[in-house]
Amino acid sequence: MLLTNRSKNLYQEVILDHNKSPRNYRAIEFPTHFAKGHNPLCGDKLDVYLIVDGEDVVQDVSFVGDGCAISKASASIMTTIVKGKSVDEAKELFTGFHEMATGKIEPSEDPKLRRLQVFAGVKDLPARVKCATLAWHTLDAALRNKQEISTE
Amino acid sequence: MNDSITKSKVTPARILEIRRDFPVLERTIQDKPLAYLDNAASTQMPRQVIETVSAYHSFHHSNVHRGVHQLSQEATDLYEGAREKLRCFVGASSLKEIIFTSGTTDAINLIAHSWGGMNVAKDDVILISNMEHHANIVPWYMLAKRTGAQIQVIPILDDGSLDMNRFSELIQQPNVKAVCVNHVSNALGSVNPVEEVCRMSREKGIRTVIDGAQAIGHFPVDVRSIGADFYAFSGHKMHGPTGIGVLYGRQELLEEMGPYKGGGDMILSVSFDNISWNELPYKFEAGTPPISQAVGLGAAVDYLNGLDRQLLSSYEDELLAYTTRRLMEIPGMQLVGTAAKKVSLNSFVIKGVHPHDIGTILDGEGVAVRTGQHCAEPVMDRFCIPATTRASMAFYNTFEEIDQLTDALLKVTELFDVTD
Ligand SMILES: Cc1ncc(COP(=O)(O)O)c(C=O)c1O
Repeated sequence: MLLTNRSKNLYQEVILDHNKSPRNYRAIEFPTHFAKGHNPLCGDKLDVYLIVDGEDVVQDVSFVGDGCAISKASASIMTTIVKGKSVDEAKELFTGFHEMATGKIEPSEDPKLRRLQVFAGVKDLPARVKCATLAWHTLDAALRNKQEISTE
Repeated sequence: MNDSITKSKVTPARILEIRRDFPVLERTIQDKPLAYLDNAASTQMPRQVIETVSAYHSFHHSNVHRGVHQLSQEATDLYEGAREKLRCFVGASSLKEIIFTSGTTDAINLIAHSWGGMNVAKDDVILISNMEHHANIVPWYMLAKRTGAQIQVIPILDDGSLDMNRFSELIQQPNVKAVCVNHVSNALGSVNPVEEVCRMSREKGIRTVIDGAQAIGHFPVDVRSIGADFYAFSGHKMHGPTGIGVLYGRQELLEEMGPYKGGGDMILSVSFDNISWNELPYKFEAGTPPISQAVGLGAAVDYLNGLDRQLLSSYEDELLAYTTRRLMEIPGMQLVGTAAKKVSLNSFVIKGVHPHDIGTILDGEGVAVRTGQHCAEPVMDRFCIPATTRASMAFYNTFEEIDQLTDALLKVTELFDVTD
């Protein structure tokens, strides 16, 4: 099958896999942090749950929601990366991811972004940047104890 | 060969000839030829319109209805000439019934504000179909909030057609003041029986507000044979410019209505004690109007009148039938909106693939479609889907472009491993 390079860059195997079998796709009954994310442009909705311990380390993180492959895969990969990280590290990853998705930095500039590189392709698709960043915005909101965010 | 048969078909060569009038159709996207299938969002303009607008700016522009100088007279003549073209185009009786607005949305806001403000009170009922665009919902919702009136919904059937049985029951209620229905649904493609809706409403003394945004570009519209009290449409959906639209209203209703926006042109005289409104249609055209856009819209009318619209309408029917058939070859395909009477538009979902992903991949294949809720969230709720992908055609689209769409969709289902 011949797809244009742009689509191939974006819809890599990893993304398709996480879309099909998202990791940590469940609600956490008693989260310490929680937020609902919403992208009114496409109607995507995403809930992010966290358990952060006394040392500020993310013990558990999960998500539930409906959206396109990009937003679902982004949420899934995010949960696998953030688990076990400190809150500060998670916030740093969010900043780095955001800069990469908007084309401000190259993923190679930051080794921490290695596993997030698959999303670098969205920088060429302005309408899709928000799909990739929705989960991260929601995580950030949860960590700031803001319960609802909208990417608009 | 039978002459009547050769005459009653549009040939592929004729479509190619028409396509040459539309410069943008020659573009490539990602090195692929553009297949523009987003005509319900906005149609493309032919050279004839672009050149008329350009000539207006190059040689005739000034403000209208104001100066005694030659240019102002020329601009006024062109602007008013466009009004006459539109009057004729939709079969209105009088120029007083053709009000230039900035589009369908603006036109409906005008009706809800000016007519609604005077005629709708607490506990009155406004009937709105379940398939309306937000433009024919929100202004009525705002009116209902202001007045305490009530909004009731005319349901739609599973095939996306209007539930006429339920409609005939709903209009039996006392206090129904207005019925707001689109001529053609932008999300489903259904062509509604607006003649019947208007006739049944009229018998009950109920006013009809027909949103013609999606009809006007597809087939000839005659407001008097429809029997609408109000009929609204946008220039950019009939191969004209953006920023211009038309509100047709029956003169007797428009005469009674107060103005919408205040400013220059819509008044006869102003002092600080007393203002008298200008006559129709100027009463509703405050400020400097969209002059070049109106002139461009007039050129679009000329362009459409120069085509055989009935024949092109049947060509679009064939295109729709072909699109529907090809789409059914796609695994996981579910069409949303399968009414017997439709314009050339197909909304659909593919099992397990979000419309946004479809839209992005199609774009990579040169195919422009719309994905999302199409400003018609109640339709999405009715069919319990978050969004759809919509391929909407115009008379300049070809069977080859539908093949391009189908091939691209097959790539989507292969990538996402969709099976039936
Ligand atoms: C059925 C319908 N009504 C109203 C509108 C609004 O038109 P405009 O944005 O030109 O005011 C649209 C445009 O998408 C439409 O499809």
